[in-house]
Amino acid sequence: MEKRTYPDPSSKVYFFGTCLVDAAYPDAGMAAIKLLESHGVEVVFPQDQSCCGQPAYNSGFVQEARAVARNQIRVFSKPYPIVVPSGSCAGMMKHHYPPLFAGTPDEAAARRFSERVYELSEYLATVVAVNLEDRGDPVTITWHSSCHALREMDVIRHSKALIRQLKNVTLVELERETECCGFGGTFAVKQAAISAAMVKDKVDDITRTGASTLVAGDCGCLMNITGAMAKAGVTIAGKHLAEFLWERTNGQ
Amino acid sequence: MGNSKRFDFENNVAGALADDQLRRNLRNAMDILVDKRRTVFPDTATLEQLRSAGNAIKRRALKNLPQLLEQLEANCTRNGIQVHWAEDTDEANQIVLEIMRRHDAPAIVKGKSMVSEEMHLNHFLEENDIEAMETDLGEFIIQLNHETPSHIIVPAIHKNKDEVATIFHDKIPDTPYTENVEELTDIARVVMRKRFASAKVGLSGVNFAIAETGTLLLVENEGNGRMCTTVPDAHVAVMGLEKVVEKLSDVPPLLRLLTGSATGQVITTYVNMISSPRKGEEKDGPKEVHLIILDNGRSHILADPELRQTLLCIRCGTCLNHCPVYVRIGGHAYGHVYPGPIGKILTPQMEGLKEAGVLATASSLCGACGEVCPVRIPIPDLIRRLRNESYDQEGSAVVEGAGYKKNLAETLVWKGWELANRSPLLNEIGTRLAGKVGNRMPKIGPLKKWTRVRTSPQVAPTSLHERARKEGVKDE
Repeated sequence: MEKRTYPDPSSKVYFFGTCLVDAAYPDAGMAAIKLLESHGVEVVFPQDQSCCGQPAYNSGFVQEARAVARNQIRVFSKPYPIVVPSGSCAGMMKHHYPPLFAGTPDEAAARRFSERVYELSEYLATVVAVNLEDRGDPVTITWHSSCHALREMDVIRHSKALIRQLKNVTLVELERETECCGFGGTFAVKQAAISAAMVKDKVDDITRTGASTLVAGDCGCLMNITGAMAKAGVTIAGKHLAEFLWERTNGQ
Repeated sequence: MGNSKRFDFENNVAGALADDQLRRNLRNAMDILVDKRRTVFPDTATLEQLRSAGNAIKRRALKNLPQLLEQLEANCTRNGIQVHWAEDTDEANQIVLEIMRRHDAPAIVKGKSMVSEEMHLNHFLEENDIEAMETDLGEFIIQLNHETPSHIIVPAIHKNKDEVATIFHDKIPDTPYTENVEELTDIARVVMRKRFASAKVGLSGVNFAIAETGTLLLVENEGNGRMCTTVPDAHVAVMGLEKVVEKLSDVPPLLRLLTGSATGQVITTYVNMISSPRKGEEKDGPKEVHLIILDNGRSHILADPELRQTLLCIRCGTCLNHCPVYVRIGGHAYGHVYPGPIGKILTPQMEGLKEAGVLATASSLCGACGEVCPVRIPIPDLIRRLRNESYDQEGSAVVEGAGYKKNLAETLVWKGWELANRSPLLNEIGTRLAGKVGNRMPKIGPLKKWTRVRTSPQVAPTSLHERARKEGVKDE
């Protein structure tokens, strides 16, 4: 992975909420905004934002993906860093926008946009360099790495570093932490049987840790895994990292 | 690809997933292979450098492929190796058959070769009353059991020791049942020694063909490759045309990547470098060496600057070993010669999207394959490209069968999605509507598949857009 240059910690930032957080996990989105704000970062949430375009991009519908991506490039036009509470959406915007717009009039704009994209935990750990004070009761958790946070954004060490700042939190790692949970967007329904086998193994791995909470940095994985846990009667809570960090540092 | 039954991926997957023994065998074996690779490449920086070098060498070779192939032919011919060109597998099979007939050979001993699988050579020879005798231990096992390889490096990896014991006992006459690995190996060795001693023609694959010197390089661990290429009177080597590299100095990095990625070895037990048939005064070696260079769609793949990266592949199989899909369904489910991630991009290009395009859907795009590929093939990107080709929305597709999935219903869904995510107003209305009725959606279509093993996703009553607005987060 390339060495990254980071913006000034006093920068005003854009927050890109992601469509999944918008519709299903707004608490995680608000927690991420509050985390940033409580560390002195001014946050802008453009109301005209929508989706990064990845669902169509990965499903064979490039034109539609490009149209939606173009909207984000237009909406996030000022030179602020763009903070994203998802390794997958961040990966799309950082690594796939440039090739998506290659050879189009928006190529240069797409490149400038992608250079400003940061996954939330990386931004908190490196740019803001947060010091987290744990106010929660002792708890044992486990962590799920999303594939794109791991392989496209390379930010898992930052996510875990944030968790490890919390003195009352014991992190028990999964046996197969780097293995996909089987979400993969439309893969989960287009190849439902394979996806089901993958998520079942992930749930078994999570159960074996003895953790009471599963923390993850991507809501796609969370939706997949917590949905499978609920269906199987496994009573382990699932939480987005932002929400988990916010609750722990605010004594909730 | 000569499959007698129609390819039914869904059915294959269901069968594989229901086979607990198969899944245990695969998981155990893949864990071992993944660990061994990690041990042989302990330093990430060194490995990444080596991968870049491998990518550069193969890229350079593909860029100059026509010239390199001509150079290879010229230098092989000068060395006394007879070079044959085959546009498709039928032509390649005919060339083998003619050699067999000229030598009046009723049987051929075979070292491991995926190109010969691509040719369905064993079946073809059988139809012409010629016996194909596999001599790689894994290939030998599955041939006894009338199966095809389930992995490109370790073809019988889906079988455990007990299953092999049963196959030997059942299929090799007068063989007592034993689960002792040494005894099992001895049994196979006895059968194979007879084969080597009697065969007039031997066949092998090629790992790298070196244009500069006219040399065929072949790696293996069992010595059967050495036997197949030296004992019989004639040696026939088959290769896909992408196996050529420019010079001898290109080989060491590629070899290191190949053996390290494939089996976690620094080097294989045998590295055969074949540069000519037996020369006048020599006492052993084949009297004839033939090289069959197979195209079978590769030129077409080469023509596209993005898809040509498929041809960088050195067939190490490590993408299979690291794939969360392969480890659960095994190689046979893919229904074609090349399984796993490389198969997902190679098979639809060779067989057409209509036949095998479904393979491109069998990926969560987790990226594990691209992360380990020793020559940096961007497999997830190429899978995505084949998905684009399947719908051919932009009318620019090049793969056979492009646009086979194009349909109005799906196009409308994505057009609607586009509209909702392009227009802030529609987006707002959509999210609000979902907040009100989203959790009461009937479980049909995708939601039905989703909820088979999961509860329904819960739409929040208030979206993040609304929350941000209400809580005073600035909009600029």
